Amino acid sequence: MIIDVNFVGLIIASIMASAVPLILASCGELITERSGVLNLGVEGMMIIGAISGFALMTVTGNLIIAVFGAMLAGVLISTIFAFLTQTLITNHVATGLALTIFGIGISAMIGKNFVGIPGKEFPILFESLKDTIPLLSPILFGHSIVFYFAFALPFITSYFLKKTKIGLIVRAVGDSPESASNQGINVKLVRYACILYGGAMCGLAGAYLSMIYTPQWIENMTGGRGWIALALVVFSTWNPIKILIGAMIFGGLTIIQFHMQAVGVRIPVQFLTALPYIVTIIVLVVISRDSRKIRLSTPSSLGKSFYKDN
Amino acid sequence: MIKIVKRDQPSRAIFFLTPVLAIFLTLVAGGLIFYILGFKPFEALKFFFIVPIADKYGFSELLLKATPLCLIAIGLSFCFKSNNWNIGAEGQLTFGAIVSGGVALLFYEQQGFYILPIVILAGAIGGMLYASIPAILKTYFNTNEILVSLMLVYVSKLILDYLVVGPWSNPEGFNFPETRQFSDSARLPLLFEGLRIHAGIFLALAAVVISWFVFYKTYLGFQMKVSGFSLKTAKYAGYKGKKMIILVFLISGACAGLAGVGEITGPIGQLHREVSPDYGFTAIIVAFLGRLHPVGIIFASLVVAITYLGAETAQIFMQIPKYTGQVFQGMILFFLLASDYLLFFKFKFIGSKK
Repeated sequence: MIIDVNFVGLIIASIMASAVPLILASCGELITERSGVLNLGVEGMMIIGAISGFALMTVTGNLIIAVFGAMLAGVLISTIFAFLTQTLITNHVATGLALTIFGIGISAMIGKNFVGIPGKEFPILFESLKDTIPLLSPILFGHSIVFYFAFALPFITSYFLKKTKIGLIVRAVGDSPESASNQGINVKLVRYACILYGGAMCGLAGAYLSMIYTPQWIENMTGGRGWIALALVVFSTWNPIKILIGAMIFGGLTIIQFHMQAVGVRIPVQFLTALPYIVTIIVLVVISRDSRKIRLSTPSSLGKSFYKDN
Repeated sequence: MIKIVKRDQPSRAIFFLTPVLAIFLTLVAGGLIFYILGFKPFEALKFFFIVPIADKYGFSELLLKATPLCLIAIGLSFCFKSNNWNIGAEGQLTFGAIVSGGVALLFYEQQGFYILPIVILAGAIGGMLYASIPAILKTYFNTNEILVSLMLVYVSKLILDYLVVGPWSNPEGFNFPETRQFSDSARLPLLFEGLRIHAGIFLALAAVVISWFVFYKTYLGFQMKVSGFSLKTAKYAGYKGKKMIILVFLISGACAGLAGVGEITGPIGQLHREVSPDYGFTAIIVAFLGRLHPVGIIFASLVVAITYLGAETAQIFMQIPKYTGQVFQGMILFFLLASDYLLFFKFKFIGSKK
């Protein structure tokens, strides 16, 4: 059997493409969680981003407005979460769930008039280089700008957390809000910023789905990717570089489905669809078993409210 | 000037008043959304909340929808009270429906009084089995129960899909994704001629009574309450934490499984792709809105059930998308959580005396 290297390259590229929304949302949520806030609304924020991006693209015809509009929509919806959890000190888990339910509902409401409308073509970069190097070309060239941004994001996030002063402040707030506060850091402000940033990234992840990956609007089109993104953050033990690896594994599982069906492997399609969820559970079990490791890498104040008497 | 002061103790009156406030605020915000979308707010709210339950049939539908919500929420309150975040009740419901449906299909040609109890029991066991997965993983492998229980929801729906399309599909069913009709002996009896409300409502009421008794009259209820307030205290008091985690998950799974039984052996009478319109998720809101109190949950399930009916009516009469129901559900929870602020803080008016 002859294996076409370019075909292998194309498969890897398609795995990477399906990993993009996971990377974006996970890296956003990672910053939020590093500041000590657990936002379970990822799915809701993503779907809001998806419909906002698609709607703005259809209405204005301007892709830049659409992409940034989707991020802004993510920021706006996460503001509700930030206000509730930080100002009104509500429970993170319950508020995040409400955000997801609300987001799915409101996106379907807005999206009613956009069902069945074809999307627009999103410009790709380095198209002329697509056939230059075997194997590598399809992987490296001919993708949207969001794709390249997503694969740079884990490294940027890692640098931000480890090497910059603001990154240090975010980590300090997540690990010990009391001492950070005593050092004169405004804990509430930092957490607000991290939540809104997470919202922006989830919005972008959603926009990637509805504008680039499958350019159309379908109700509930995020289809649980938000929850997988949340699981990826735990999977990575809050390390952005490992998010990249995890997202590739999950992207791979999604893509394998299509190819196994095409090759005619006789496994029920439902089993293949369930595979990413089952693997997520197995991975969670494996990494959580070592409770010391989890404790060392988990932001100590994750999910706990911080209230300062003034 | 107004100053915000922390209360010395959470106010008990406000604890039960804030859900009412939350519902009121949801109505106001909902009216506002309708207005923005170009509908007459009062008319839309009327179609949403009053028209659906104005007649006998509507009221029966309300009880029909409130039954699974109440049942699941009662189960969830065991988990939430003891600080266990089971958010996969939808999966436990689905798996309960699969197991009880499978048993019902075994008896599809038979009649007999013994069939229904076996089918009901099978549903409860199915829900328990499915809930035991996150519980065991949490206790013995330290795995986050939120993510596990949620991932399992997707898995259960895919198992159901596989079964009704493949091995369990009705051989005489022209390849429709559904099973055979269950025999009459495997069906929960209808309570009134011409209405869809069925005997499943008694399961929900029994769950309410039993949970009230367990919460307020037993040592287990006390242990759950203490663990909910502080896990450290519970450990110090020597409670068997692991056993309790598994127990509350099993109770919650059984309730969700029973809700699944009610869905398939009640009005439908067969298994098909969609056994539940996300009752398992909505019940989380019901549990909170009812303040994890059995009586509160009854009222909350009725209120939230209206959002299901209202969404359908509003879609038919005003072409308002049916997802509006979820928007309302999300808003109720938002406002409820927000008004909890009043529990712990109070506004103090400081006069500007000179």
